[in-house]
Amino acid sequence: MVQPLSYLKESPSQTAGPYVHIGCTPNFAEIEGVYPQDLGHEMITGNVQGQRIRITGRVIDGTGTPLRDALVEIWQPDAAGLFNSPAETRGTADPNFTGWGRCASDMTTGEFAFDTVKPGAVPFVDGRMQAPHVTLWIVARGINLGLHTRMYFPDEADANAADPILSRIEHQARVKTLIGADKGDGHYHFDIRLQGHNETVFFDI
Amino acid sequence: MTNGYVNRDRRWHPPSITPDYKTSVARGPRHAPLSFPTTLVEETGPVFGHDMLGERDNDLILNFASGDGMAIGPRIIVHGQVRDEFGRGVPGALIEVWQANAGGRYRHKKESYLAPLDPNFGGCGRCISDEQGFYEFRTIMPGPYPWPNTMNDWRPAHIHFSIFGHGFAQRLITQMYFEGDPLIWHCPIVDTIPTREGIESLVAALDMARTVPMDARAYKFDITLRGRRQTMFENRMEGL
Ligand SMILES: [Fe+2]
Repeated sequence: MVQPLSYLKESPSQTAGPYVHIGCTPNFAEIEGVYPQDLGHEMITGNVQGQRIRITGRVIDGTGTPLRDALVEIWQPDAAGLFNSPAETRGTADPNFTGWGRCASDMTTGEFAFDTVKPGAVPFVDGRMQAPHVTLWIVARGINLGLHTRMYFPDEADANAADPILSRIEHQARVKTLIGADKGDGHYHFDIRLQGHNETVFFDI
Repeated sequence: MTNGYVNRDRRWHPPSITPDYKTSVARGPRHAPLSFPTTLVEETGPVFGHDMLGERDNDLILNFASGDGMAIGPRIIVHGQVRDEFGRGVPGALIEVWQANAGGRYRHKKESYLAPLDPNFGGCGRCISDEQGFYEFRTIMPGPYPWPNTMNDWRPAHIHFSIFGHGFAQRLITQMYFEGDPLIWHCPIVDTIPTREGIESLVAALDMARTVPMDARAYKFDITLRGRRQTMFENRMEGL
């Protein structure tokens, strides 16, 4: 016999289902008057520093059909690479930027959109810098465990080439699934493919 | 100390593709996910302050009701603790819930079940865990409902939970079930969880000690989020 470790197990995930909007974006679901506004609908709350950008995208299933019932959250540092979080110990983030956004995909087109700023770089655990990116988390009916991924920027080729996460990807041909498309004027588009030839790289977070 | 989060045990969670839950077949990724140690990106997250909450945010019986109205259905208190895998309470966790009404009907434009809407029930609520990780809300018992999968699948009564702990590594969506519901063992979504032990960890117990006499029964539902490593020896090797 040995002493039991008696650690707990994480609560098992269950799909967010088709009605995730009721709980997470009730105003979007036309349940009005309960919360004044949906959480995460605004990332920029004042005179923000850095370059303003817009990120749009879709979540696409294995048949090529965009999901019209997905919920996407993004998390990122400010333009200086600082997180607006109590766990940030390197400095104080821009007070006019939350770093966190939540958006339901459009019930007709499946598109999500975030108005944000271009993030700065943050270090990896060994001190090397990670290329600027936003992290995304996707849930929907049919997704059993929330999916983590990242969007990197097409105009950061050198930083992307040195990125410690991107360089860990065994099949380097898949790196391109993590790079947003430059649509000009600070607009980046990022399609997330759940399956198929260009399946997005998802992370074991 | 930044020692990172303990890996997620993916054999404990539902796999990506679970054919008996048909929608997962075209939506579940097929490639193995990329593993790496959590970094500041995954260890940070937004803070949700108690000041953002309205007085009735955690009261689904009243938060959508008009005038003197109240949601119809058996009144229940749902409470518990948000803790991590090491048993430490997680304070400040944002808990958002959504559920069907007592007849099993959701207030959603894509919902077509013939059971009627309750004009006094919206179906959403939220709260933030206290300094020890405890939370509580009041609602009505949701009804089971049929859903399109095979020709005769029914969801057990359940409440959906979205939990936001201290970083994206502690982000989780799950569902709470009710002790004694026979439908739990007939549900393809419940059955995506690989073990009986895992399923039972989502079944809330009837809690007579917290029941409000002549008013509402209580169910206790504890939630466990990922744990963060702690050690006095925090060296990390290059490239790890
Ligand atoms: Fe449900």
